[in-house]
Amino acid sequence: MTLECKHVWEHISEYLDRQLDPKLLMDIERHLENCEVCSAILDSTRNILVLTADERTYELPLGYSERLHARLEKVIREQEQSENGPA
Amino acid sequence: MYRKEKGALPTRMPATVEREKELIARIIAGETNLFHELIRPYERMVYLSILTMLRNDQEAEDAAQEVMISAFRHLKGFRGEAKFSTWLVTIAVNEARRRLRKAKTAQMESLDETKEDREGDFTPAVLTDWREIPSVVLEKKEMRQKLRDAVEQLPPIYREVLVLRDLEELNQQETASALGINVTLVKVRLHRARMMLQKMLAPYLRATAPARKGFFGRMFQ
Ligand SMILES: [Zn+2]
Repeated sequence: MTLECKHVWEHISEYLDRQLDPKLLMDIERHLENCEVCSAILDSTRNILVLTADERTYELPLGYSERLHARLEKVIREQEQSENGPA
Repeated sequence: MYRKEKGALPTRMPATVEREKELIARIIAGETNLFHELIRPYERMVYLSILTMLRNDQEAEDAAQEVMISAFRHLKGFRGEAKFSTWLVTIAVNEARRRLRKAKTAQMESLDETKEDREGDFTPAVLTDWREIPSVVLEKKEMRQKLRDAVEQLPPIYREVLVLRDLEELNQQETASALGINVTLVKVRLHRARMMLQKMLAPYLRATAPARKGFFGRMFQ
């Protein structure tokens, strides 16, 4: 293994985002094939990101949308009134 | 990007760029009621980017409403150079930062948001005897709570990058633009944020896995 683990760790994020240049990518993949430590770090990080993007991880408060649109509606009407001038 | 499986399909379906442009033009021309439709795909994005920054449901909801109102009032200023979603999230970020600063001066906290933390430890947690964690572990509610807790613990400069990139799934350029930093900094901070999360969460991933001797091994360092 030419790459040290520490060096691989520095590129985990780019690896996951598929931003590595081909040469480094190849070296890292070769390292990953033979290194359980780095594979575990990669897997666990990937899992965490899957969880982060999962829509169920963060949920909107009940009624959030209704309250938002109700407040917007007020603002929109107020603006309409002010633009139309006093009746 | 990291979305997988049916359960995680996006519920927000942003209108096509053309439709959005048309909506914006018509709203500016006076069909103000269409604003409701325009922002509907981004309600979640705006709320969550603020929530994760402020860490307070009530305030986040109020701030999200303010952001949408502000977007409505300043819609004429949207030039269409950026995507509407990026423009909106920029307003959200600024509102969250404004409120954070206000809270900070109130608390006399000495957190310098712009200073890069060089002292931090950004190395991942090393797990021996790791095996692919079964999806049941990730499916657990507690795991999602742990993740939210871990995200809350990230310093703000890392949290905001992680949220925009990995939760909102903005691309690097959009994230940089919304945060007012360059792409290199986005990459550096994102990497650190991810490593900090990995470090915080790896023990739980291990702990919730089926008990088997040496299954996840011990962590060292
Ligand atoms: Zn290694």
